[in-house]
Amino acid sequence: MDIKLKIWRQKNASTKGRFEDYDLKDVSPEMSFLEMLDYLNKQLIEGGKEPVTFEHDCREGICGTCGLYINGRPHGPLTHTTTCELHMREFKDGETIIVEPWRSKAFPIIKDLAVDRSAFDKIMHAGGFINVDTGSSKEANAIPINKKIADRAFDAAVCIGCGACVAACKNSSAMLFVAAKVSQYAMLPQGKVEAADRVQRMVEKMDELGFGYCSNTYACEFDCPKGISVEFIAQMNREFISAKMCSHKNH
Amino acid sequence: MKQSTLKLSSLSHKFILALAGLFLMLFLSTHLLTNLLMLTGDSSAFDQAVEFLSTNPIIKVVEYVLFAAFIIHIIFGVIVWLNNNKARPVKYYVASGSETSYFSKFMIHTGLIIFVFLVIHLVNFYFVKLGLVAVPEYASDSHDFYAMAVVLFKEPLYSLIYVVCFIFLGFHLKHAFQSAFQTLGLNHDKYFPAIKVISTIYALVISIGFSIIPVYFYFFH
Ligand code: HEM
Ligand code: SF4
Ligand code: FES
Repeated sequence: MDIKLKIWRQKNASTKGRFEDYDLKDVSPEMSFLEMLDYLNKQLIEGGKEPVTFEHDCREGICGTCGLYINGRPHGPLTHTTTCELHMREFKDGETIIVEPWRSKAFPIIKDLAVDRSAFDKIMHAGGFINVDTGSSKEANAIPINKKIADRAFDAAVCIGCGACVAACKNSSAMLFVAAKVSQYAMLPQGKVEAADRVQRMVEKMDELGFGYCSNTYACEFDCPKGISVEFIAQMNREFISAKMCSHKNH
Repeated sequence: MKQSTLKLSSLSHKFILALAGLFLMLFLSTHLLTNLLMLTGDSSAFDQAVEFLSTNPIIKVVEYVLFAAFIIHIIFGVIVWLNNNKARPVKYYVASGSETSYFSKFMIHTGLIIFVFLVIHLVNFYFVKLGLVAVPEYASDSHDFYAMAVVLFKEPLYSLIYVVCFIFLGFHLKHAFQSAFQTLGLNHDKYFPAIKVISTIYALVISIGFSIIPVYFYFFH
């Protein structure tokens, strides 16, 4: 199949970017979206041109680096699919595909389609951890956990930190990501120790980094490749309210 | 880490916005019930309700809470909107194709239309009661809202503006009702689908309920 590409090119964070058009011939429908970009880059390099910078690592939907905004949807037209899991058979022969980077004040562009998502790391540093004793490892099953709660915590834990929720949200809000992390820890006994501090610290950091407020638009849930539910946002809201109202101040 | 008590987090902002909004929705329900008394054929039932509402001391206190709720809701709504505008300085070339709670995108717009309506409404009715606006000659006293409504709703443009504003209020409420529950942390698959349905019903009841009154006076009175 032949496709037309319109790709955002930008040298670095301080220069102005622009769209560049490419005609790509003989694309196999079996190619993944990233393989299609590799194929384009090979031709650009052979033609002595600068290849398109995009992020990728695992190429199997688990690392969360490959986010691209494709034809108006983070990770492209399929639901519950990362860009690396998207295949060219989802597009029509002759179709124009427009590829943009995540757009958010908190995710500045590094180059072309690659953005700096270290804001998520900063939120994690603020509270996305649990304290553990050092020394010999403990018996793994020493703490009983209700199966339903363990499953629910796992539903939150599948978040891969890709940032599609921020990219999808009209307010660039990071609520779904933060809610997934806060909820995951808050449900498990090991995470309960710091729960009240954690939610306040992570929300404070999220606000400080310039993410928007949550308008309960729910675009995040729709575009999350891992199907994280906005019920976790409600859970974080509960955690936050009770932490503000009931916990003792120690920060 | 020290956090000043004055600087509210995004979640606290939304929490207060939602609480004020919930109170306003309760107020809208009682206001609608009172207004529907105008459809009884004569003014007596409505006048009695107005008499009660303007003399009862508890209602007087609630009135202050209502003003506070409006002011807080409007100020916080504008703050949320201003901050959200800053979060994406460079917009996308292709507009988002994601499925969303549709009216959530236009809350500030529908909100501002409600605000303009609110000002017109206060000038026409509430400020007359307060003595800030002169009692029109066709009303017997400053509480004769029935006579004021009859004359105002006979004007086609006024009735039209009134109905259009309530359609926009309906758009606001369609998203707002269920959104407030989500903001307060009350989303669970046991009951949230029902809350979404109630949200739509509430929005329809309020916008149709209030709109019936000018339509009745314009065509049938
Ligand atoms: C009687 C009139 C009104 C009622 C009953 C009402 C109710 C509500 C409720 C319940 C919410 C949901 C809060 C949440 O998302 O948790 C909301 C949101 C909102 N309201 Fe109102 N509202 C009214 C008037 C206004 C006015 C006059 C404005 C003027 C600016 C306004 C601006 C907003 C905005 C901007 C939001 C959305 C904030 C966001 O993006 O999350 N509202 N309203
Ligand atoms: S919540 Fe979903 S969209 Fe957001 S970072 Fe996690 S996996 Fe990506
Ligand atoms: S490359 Fe790892 S999730 Fe796509």
